[in-house]
Amino acid sequence: MLLLRGGISHQELSPEQMQRHIERYLSWIDRLRETGHFVAGEPLAESGKLLSGPNGSTVTDGPFAESKEEVGGYFILQAPDLEAAVELARGCPIFANGGTVEVRPIESPPEP
Amino acid sequence: MAEAREDQVGRTIELVFREEAGRIVSSLAAAFGLGRLELIEDALGEALLKAMRHWSYGNVPPNPAAWLMTVARNRILDVLRRDTRFRAKEIEIAAAAEPGRRPDAPMPDELRDDQLRLMFACCHPQLPPEGRIGLTLKSLCGFSVSEIARAFLSTPEAIAKRLARARATLREARVAFEIPAEAELSSRLDSVLHVLYLLFNEGYSASQGDDLIRLELCAEAIRLATLLTGNAATATPKTHALLALFFLQASRLPARSSGAGEILLLPTQDRSRWDKTMIAKGLLHLDLAATGEEASSFHLQAGIAAAHCSAATYEATDWPGIVALYDLLLQIDPSPIVELNRAIAVAKVHGPSAGLAAVESIRNQKGLDRYHLFYAVRAQFYRTLDRPTEAKRDYRRALELTLIPAEREFLERQLRGLWRDKEAGE
Repeated sequence: MLLLRGGISHQELSPEQMQRHIERYLSWIDRLRETGHFVAGEPLAESGKLLSGPNGSTVTDGPFAESKEEVGGYFILQAPDLEAAVELARGCPIFANGGTVEVRPIESPPEP
Repeated sequence: MAEAREDQVGRTIELVFREEAGRIVSSLAAAFGLGRLELIEDALGEALLKAMRHWSYGNVPPNPAAWLMTVARNRILDVLRRDTRFRAKEIEIAAAAEPGRRPDAPMPDELRDDQLRLMFACCHPQLPPEGRIGLTLKSLCGFSVSEIARAFLSTPEAIAKRLARARATLREARVAFEIPAEAELSSRLDSVLHVLYLLFNEGYSASQGDDLIRLELCAEAIRLATLLTGNAATATPKTHALLALFFLQASRLPARSSGAGEILLLPTQDRSRWDKTMIAKGLLHLDLAATGEEASSFHLQAGIAAAHCSAATYEATDWPGIVALYDLLLQIDPSPIVELNRAIAVAKVHGPSAGLAAVESIRNQKGLDRYHLFYAVRAQFYRTLDRPTEAKRDYRRALELTLIPAEREFLERQLRGLWRDKEAGE
C-alpha cells in the first residue's frame, strides 16, 4: 500500500496545470496497469473524524488540519517484495511537488 | 505550439481543460445568467479540483466533459437552493434548461453561440479595456488570476479586483447574454475583435514575461477568432482579416528564436521552420476577408504579413507592395511603430539613405525617443551606410532602453558585429 502525503497545492492552479497534473498521474498509472502491478487507487476526503478513548467516545475533527501530514490518497500495488514496491513508487509524480510516499506491505497471514 | 509545453506526458485526457472551461462557463451563464458569473466560475473551479483529485487516482469518467459540466451545475444548484432569495421555481427552470446542452457533442451551434454571447458580454463597451481583456481570459479561456497577472505584469490581487469590478459592472448594467442585433452588431463586434487583437499582440510581441503564457495567449486569440468565423453574423470580412493576421504572424513563431534562445529577425530566420499549415490557413482567411468593400487595419496588416510569408527569401520579398500597404495603413491607423516598420521597407526599396531619411522624419513623434527599436533600426541603417560611430551610439542608446535579456543579447550581438565590420575593413 502506498500512502501519499503533501505534493501539489491545489490552490490557484490553472486548468492547464491541473490537466498536466492529472496526465502525469495517468501516465504512471497506465504503466503500472500494463505491467500488472496496479490494483486500486483512491483519494481520501479532506475532512474526517478521529475517534479515541473508551468505546471511541472521544470524537474530534483531527488530525487532518496540517495538510503536509495529511494522507491525500492511497494506491494498492501488487509487487513481489518491498524493494520492488519501492521501485514502483519512485515513478509517482508526487515527488516533483515535494510530496512523500509511504510504502507499507499489507501482510498476509503467516504460513502455518 | 503545444509541443514545447510538456515533456514526459504520454497519456492525455480527451479534452482540453482550458477550452472546456470556456465552454462550460458559457453554457452555465446561458442557464443561470451573467449576473452569476462569479458563482459559475467558482463552481467550475471546484469541479476542476474534484476532477484533479479523483482522476489522478486513475478514475477518469467515460465522458469527462459531461462530468465536469454536471458537477459544476449541481454545485450552483446547491448554492442557489440555500439562497432563500432564489425561488424554488426558478431553480427548476434553470435546472430544466440544461439537458439540451450536451458538452460532449462536437461543438453544436448552440454551444458555440453561447461562447460568442459570453465574448460579447466580456468585451462590452461599458467595461474598461483592461477589464474586457481580463474577463475574457478568465471566463472564456480558463486563465487563473495569477496567470493573467503574469501575462500583464500585474499582481494577482490587482487582477482579482479588476475582475470583480468587471463582473459587478456586467451585473449592474444588466448586460444581456446575446449576440447583438444588426443595429449595434458592427460596433460591438469591433470591440470583441480589438480585445482579441490585444490578446494576440500581448502574446506575440517578444517583450517580457512567461513564454508559455505568451504562446497560450496567441493560441486563445486564434481559437476565439475561429469561433467568430463559425457564425454567419460574426464571420465578417474584418473577422476573417483578423484571423488571417493571427495565423500568418503565428506561423513565424517557431523560427523567431535560435536553439540558444537568441532573437532571430526576419532576414536571418530559417524559413523552412515557418508553419506551412498556419500560412495556408492565414491565406485562406485573407481570401475570405476580401469579400467586402472595407480594407480595415486588420486587412492591411494581414496583407503585409502575407507578403512576408509568401516570400522565398528576405531579399525576394515584395517590398514595394509592403511599402504601399504601410502607406494605406498610415492613412487609417497612424502610429510611430507603423512608421518605423515602413522605414525598413522603404530602405529595402530605395536604399538605406531613404530609410534613414524616413526614420529621421519621425524622430519627434511621441514616445519614439524612448523606444529602443527606433535606435536599433536607425543603427542598422547607419551600419549599412558604413557610419559605424553613429551605429555604435544608437545600439548603445537602444541597450539603455531595454531590460529584456533576449533583446539585450540581440543588441550586443549587433555591436560585436560592428567590431567585425571594422576589422574586415582595415
